[in-house]
Amino acid sequence: MTAIELRGINKSFGPVHANKNVALAIDKGTIHGIIGENGAGKSTLMSILYGFYEADSGDILINGQATKIRGSHEAIAAGIGMVHQHFMLVDPFTVLENVMLGAEGGALLDKGIDTAREELERLEREYGLDVPVDALAGELPVGLQQRVEILKALYRGAEILILDEPTGVLTPQETDQLFRILKALKDQGVTVILITHKLQEIMAVTDGVSVMRGGEMVAHRTTSETSKEELAELMVGRKVLLKVDKYEAQVGETALKVEGLSVIDSDGVPRLDNVSLTVRRGEIVGIAGVSGNGQSELLEALSGIVAPSKGRIELNGTVITRESHLDAREFRDLGVAHVPEDRHRMGLVTAFTADESAILGYHRNKAYNGSILMDRKAIVEDCAGKMAAFDVRPPTPSLKSANFSGGNQQKIVLAREMARKPDVLLVGQPTRGVDIGAIEYIHKNLVSMRDAGAAVLMVSVELEEIMSLSDRILVMFEGRIVGEVAPKDADERLLGLMMANAAPDAQEAAPASGTAPASTGAEL
Amino acid sequence: MRVISGTVPRWVDVGLIPFINILLAFLASGLIILLIGEDPIEAVRILIWGAFGTEEGIGYTLYYTTNFIFTGLAVAVAFHAGLFNIGGEGQAYIGGLGVGLALLLFDNSLPFILILPISIAASALFGAAWAYIPAYLQAYRGSHIVITTIMFNFIASALMVYLLVNVLIQPGQMSPESREFAQSAWLPFMHEAFAWFGVEITRSPLNLSIFWALVCCVLIWGFIWRTRWGYEIRTVGFNETAAVYAGINPKKIVILAMCVSGGLAGFVGLNEVLGVHHRLLLNFQLGYGFAGIAVSLMGRNHPVGIIFASLLFGTLYQGGAELSFDMPKVTREMVEVVQGLVILFSGALALMIKPTVERIYFILASAAARRASAAEG
Amino acid sequence: MDEFFVLLVSTLDATIRVATPLVLASLAGLYAERSGVIDIGLEGKMLASAFAAASAAYVMNSAWMGLLGGIGISVVLALVHGFACITHRGNQVVSGVAINILVAGLTVTLGIAWFSRGGQTPALTNDARFSPLIWPGAEALTGVPVIGALYSEIISGHNLLVYVAYLAVPLTWWVVYRTRFGLRLRAVGENPSAVDTAGISVTALRYQAMMCCGLLCGIAGTYLSTAQNAAFVKNMTAGQGFIALAAMIFGKWRPVPAMLACLLFGFLDAVANRIQGVKMPVVGEIPVQLIQALPYILTVILLAGFIGKAVAPKASGIPYVKER
Repeated sequence: MTAIELRGINKSFGPVHANKNVALAIDKGTIHGIIGENGAGKSTLMSILYGFYEADSGDILINGQATKIRGSHEAIAAGIGMVHQHFMLVDPFTVLENVMLGAEGGALLDKGIDTAREELERLEREYGLDVPVDALAGELPVGLQQRVEILKALYRGAEILILDEPTGVLTPQETDQLFRILKALKDQGVTVILITHKLQEIMAVTDGVSVMRGGEMVAHRTTSETSKEELAELMVGRKVLLKVDKYEAQVGETALKVEGLSVIDSDGVPRLDNVSLTVRRGEIVGIAGVSGNGQSELLEALSGIVAPSKGRIELNGTVITRESHLDAREFRDLGVAHVPEDRHRMGLVTAFTADESAILGYHRNKAYNGSILMDRKAIVEDCAGKMAAFDVRPPTPSLKSANFSGGNQQKIVLAREMARKPDVLLVGQPTRGVDIGAIEYIHKNLVSMRDAGAAVLMVSVELEEIMSLSDRILVMFEGRIVGEVAPKDADERLLGLMMANAAPDAQEAAPASGTAPASTGAEL
Repeated sequence: MRVISGTVPRWVDVGLIPFINILLAFLASGLIILLIGEDPIEAVRILIWGAFGTEEGIGYTLYYTTNFIFTGLAVAVAFHAGLFNIGGEGQAYIGGLGVGLALLLFDNSLPFILILPISIAASALFGAAWAYIPAYLQAYRGSHIVITTIMFNFIASALMVYLLVNVLIQPGQMSPESREFAQSAWLPFMHEAFAWFGVEITRSPLNLSIFWALVCCVLIWGFIWRTRWGYEIRTVGFNETAAVYAGINPKKIVILAMCVSGGLAGFVGLNEVLGVHHRLLLNFQLGYGFAGIAVSLMGRNHPVGIIFASLLFGTLYQGGAELSFDMPKVTREMVEVVQGLVILFSGALALMIKPTVERIYFILASAAARRASAAEG
Repeated sequence: MDEFFVLLVSTLDATIRVATPLVLASLAGLYAERSGVIDIGLEGKMLASAFAAASAAYVMNSAWMGLLGGIGISVVLALVHGFACITHRGNQVVSGVAINILVAGLTVTLGIAWFSRGGQTPALTNDARFSPLIWPGAEALTGVPVIGALYSEIISGHNLLVYVAYLAVPLTWWVVYRTRFGLRLRAVGENPSAVDTAGISVTALRYQAMMCCGLLCGIAGTYLSTAQNAAFVKNMTAGQGFIALAAMIFGKWRPVPAMLACLLFGFLDAVANRIQGVKMPVVGEIPVQLIQALPYILTVILLAGFIGKAVAPKASGIPYVKER
């Protein structure tokens, strides 16, 4: 029997077609995986199922009944429960209060508390979901918080449980426990939908799997009849390699050396775990990985935005540690330039004019400043020069940064960061949200920076970009560098497996070719 | 130029929508005047006559304008750093204390040429100090700057009462006021200044501090848009993440912006204490600090806008006072009503009409485009 | 000793009366902030309701109509605040400031237009006021030492609104911690996404909280003009709305501690009035202004984390924008 069926679901956000004619059918009492790269449309689809968005067109059938879901309350009423990637818990509430919220069983809490307690005990027994019911949710480890989320859904009578990237925050042990719970749920007749990008999880726990790419559902497979390799290929797709003209790298001395670098975020979660790598002048080192695996933190630590908790960074011979307390401007003074992953969040100030954005981070340089006032003429001329050099359109320094297209905004950021001929260039997602013409242009410039002797470290989720630009490829997974491959040996399949940490032979796939030194800290 | 679809042109966003918001505020004010049984049109006529009809009226109008410029600029500078300084009242009060103390110390010993810079420095320094503490607590101790600045308004008020009742009061006098400063130390009134050139105008509290207010407008414009500190303030205000990326320390910027803001508010003390009352007294700042919020919102945080908004509120203050003679039911407090409505419509409800205006704009724009293409075809 | 006892009783009696509007307003602030809406417009709502209550009570010669008018206008203003901050995601502080200034002007303007007494309302008499309720046995017990005085002065002899205020404290505690509404209220101020994903409307919940806030502010304002005083006087709240806000923060957004903070601040006020000009042993004369400023100073120190930690509801001040 089919627990849930989707027919022809479409959803657009302005010009972005996030879900294209998506169809899906999942049998009752099974665990079904949905995989895809970032931005493939998985989250949009699940948000439609949980009533956060309404689909532009298409039908949802629950147990064969056409059902309209116009809000979370209707999703709950239809028996759908969701465990969000970011937990929806009220930290100062007890587990019991969190579970009751929205299903209190009456205007007064007294009676509801007793029934909720009994019901929770029953659920815990049945599914092996042990949770300290009277503990504060915010004080529980993430693994237990996730169980509370599952309990919340079950308490509301969910028969279909959606889990969005549930293992991202879990330790391997907690992941195993989660999978045991999911299997117990399945045995009790609950239908589980698991959204993930990790192939081994799909193989370990699901009965069926659907693959999304570019907003479309590209394949449905029975898990026992497919393989990681096939799924990786389906997920990434066969893309035509963009041709980038470049010569063999002329590698010089080491410009950036990182040893044992770790970063712990403000919530105490380790984001970067003992990373070591080197980048030499004249080479582009590409970092592949599904986003959220520590790449952002790596760039931020190397550019002085976040302080490392452990480890050292050696920049042109200057050693930087946690105790150095250097800010981003002091890193720039040491020869680092940084094109951030998200230009709207970080790379420029959208409310600034282009010429103001074009000096962000360099605004204290002598070239732009008199003794008190800034030298407007120099700033505008400088910006006009950068715009001409990088073919920014329109070449109007007085135009608001927000009014340029994505590609032109990115060119402004690149022009700014490349202008001072940095020794080390950090680049995050160089072509995200950039039109085709600009992509080629940006790639050419990165290569010419390399050829001019800069050490370039590039993070990208676009595998073709990684493969066509890099002289060496490192793969990150959960805050660690899990492998190194030479571009000539790399293909989507192999990288896809490594990015999911599912390639036991990754090390062998990275023979020390002419460009790859041994000092990458890649240990599996 | 590629304009992202779904955005309206700049003039709609920064011109039309704010204008409609202010219009709504004035419409609501007019309704209230109707409600209490007076004729709003007639009220406006009397108000404008009261504010500009006589030399004295103009003098008062510009005297009020001076205070509004100072507090408006103060609120604006903090706004540019993404901060909400509602402690202008307290900072103005303490700024006045600075001037007063300086004068009580030096009025008989120093020439005016020294008194003036000392007074300016003292009012700025005291106002800035009163803003520094909330700023520090916000930056380094995480306390909410809005609440702390409110509390500091009341603390300033209690402090001033204590000082004037117990310490600075002129001996042998009942009312809590300091002694009058030596006349040689007074900031000249405008009518005095005009008299130097042989021009006679009617007496009014308007004094030379209005020139300082205008100088401050230029200085603040330069500071915010032409110096690296202003650049850093605006960066933090718009996008704190980008600021950290650029190596700017947001904590230091919070303190810098609040100190500049507090200093500007402190200049109200210059106008009132050195320019008008020539002694330290209670509540000379009353209402100007809060009015600065309306001025800044209306002037869109830009010195030029602030000058016009200040002039408008100066007109309302003076005209409102005149109005109460002709229309006993419409008093100075009506100006507070207008202020409140301006803050409500231009501030809190600033986004209310945006979707409607945008929809109308797009309907008109597409209709115009259709007509144009029809004409071509 | 006897003299000291009399002084003590009268100070405590004054404390209770001074703290009454503070208690009501701080509970009002508590509902708003627990739901995630910062309300610095408590002052304005109190002032508006004080005016409306005095006007209505005078015109209809009924304290009850006064109460109705006071509550009515306060709820309307609370809904205006909600309209700006919840529906239109306006800046909550700006909206609060706007309401405070608007009300400060409007009460006087309307007062002059309606009553022509320079912004005051005519004095209220008898039926138009809430008068003291003498409890049974209070007369009989006056002669009994200690207990008699305590009973007749502190327990008995207050007007109805005083009892309403102090009963509102346990009631609020019960609502916040023992009802479904309270559970949702606490949740929406901490994590509105959690409430939204549980299928509950964040908007509706916050509007309900604003209604509670308006109701309590309305009672507080009514108390000022029809019970504690016998007329509306220009700016008669004189910062009490902000003291109430401070008390709510001091009580860490919990009803009973907030009430205790109000009593402390009320006590400071009562003491300040009694020690003016009195030389104390050891310290000498304590400046009355210092005691008056103490609530604000203590709140600043508390907020800076120097005594305990005052953590506001996590989502307060942030308009809720639905994210996927």
